[in-house]
Amino acid sequence: MRVISADKISKAVSDLCAKANFSLRKDVLECLKAAYKKEANKKAKKFLGAVIANAYVANKERIAICQDTGLPILFLEVGQDVLIKGDLKKAVNKGVDQGYKKYFLRNSIVHDPVDRKEPGFIPALIHIDLVKGSKIKITLLAKGFGCENKSRLKMFNPTVSFSQIKQFVVEAVKDSGADACPPYVVGVGIGGTADYSGYLAKKALLKPVACTKIRKLESDLLKEINRLNIGPMGLGGKFTCLGVNIETAPTHIAGLPVSVNISCHALRSAVIEL
Amino acid sequence: MEIKIPLDIKKVKQLKAGDEVLLSGVIYTARDQAHKRLSAVIDAGKKLPFDLNGQVIYYCGPTKTPKGKIIGSCGPTTSRRMDEFSEKLLAKGLMGMIGKGGRSPDVRNAIKKYSSVYFLAYAGCGALLSKYVKKAELVSYKDLGPEAILRLEVKDFPLIVGIDSNGRSIYD
Repeated sequence: MRVISADKISKAVSDLCAKANFSLRKDVLECLKAAYKKEANKKAKKFLGAVIANAYVANKERIAICQDTGLPILFLEVGQDVLIKGDLKKAVNKGVDQGYKKYFLRNSIVHDPVDRKEPGFIPALIHIDLVKGSKIKITLLAKGFGCENKSRLKMFNPTVSFSQIKQFVVEAVKDSGADACPPYVVGVGIGGTADYSGYLAKKALLKPVACTKIRKLESDLLKEINRLNIGPMGLGGKFTCLGVNIETAPTHIAGLPVSVNISCHALRSAVIEL
Repeated sequence: MEIKIPLDIKKVKQLKAGDEVLLSGVIYTARDQAHKRLSAVIDAGKKLPFDLNGQVIYYCGPTKTPKGKIIGSCGPTTSRRMDEFSEKLLAKGLMGMIGKGGRSPDVRNAIKKYSSVYFLAYAGCGALLSKYVKKAELVSYKDLGPEAILRLEVKDFPLIVGIDSNGRSIYD
């Protein structure tokens, strides 16, 4: 049995807060640079230049990439041979609280969703998965809410064609228009249950955004979305979307849940393994 | 094009959707909860925490201010959520709004009716935009945390005209 202390987990999570919010993911930055090179719309190109400059300023000066430092979502893969000394969930929240305070991020969390008083830094949303082994893998996703507000769920009939699913995803992006900071990264969850497909769509955002080599389903969707001509910041152009990631799961013979979770161009996540 | 605040109505009328401008002067941050409160103050016929006449509101809730900085990351938030309150503020003399994304047909009509303007700021570029803020101070609603109203002095803040005083939108 490997022992990992709660303090060690808190420290790791605190570090992730800085990493996710100050340093744009390499895969996302590469896609943005490629888009900048290829974008023909002059205003859109200038904007993409600003997005890339913003990533450099944030990283160099340790200022948050975006003022919406998100609702911190933590994905924990805990090895079943690990003994955690202390309270795991408390340790994670302590790490988020310390990190968000230490790095001057934003207190965007309201405890009571109805009375909405006194925004704070926690609680984070924590997903815990038990896996084989004796390690803990922690991923922090700082999910902005401008794009979270554009999420979609549809319970399709099992006889649906893939083109109908595609249409649903494209419509979700079309309705987001310029509001949620395009160029987007689109996460799609297919299968499972209503709630689980939402979780899959979110998890899809954690996979590398491969703007060159992707699966056919994903590349078909990407092409179709980029025909919408929403473009960076809604200014028109080739790049409404940087990449589409799909996660699938087994489901029931009677249904086909599909969820869409859109990310703004500032897709921020960071990973650590203990 | 360089624009100074307080906005001059003649200059506002010259602005066309799609124009790139550099804004200098004082702007006020206000987003969801601040709009709800401002709207309630107007409904109650009470005094607003700042005079809206000729002013510009920025839909922004910055991060905490890092040590040695004037302000933290401070990009625009989605404007659409403020749509239901905007006409009321425009009627009180508000002349400009800064945010990101589209607006409702009602807001568009109100912009035309009151000869005002809606600007787009670079969305998701909060770190970069913090460089154009020269001073930041609290005006009101401190309890709202990041949604408090701040007075910002900006210099050459880069914007694009989203909806002009004729109600034309860049997204048309």
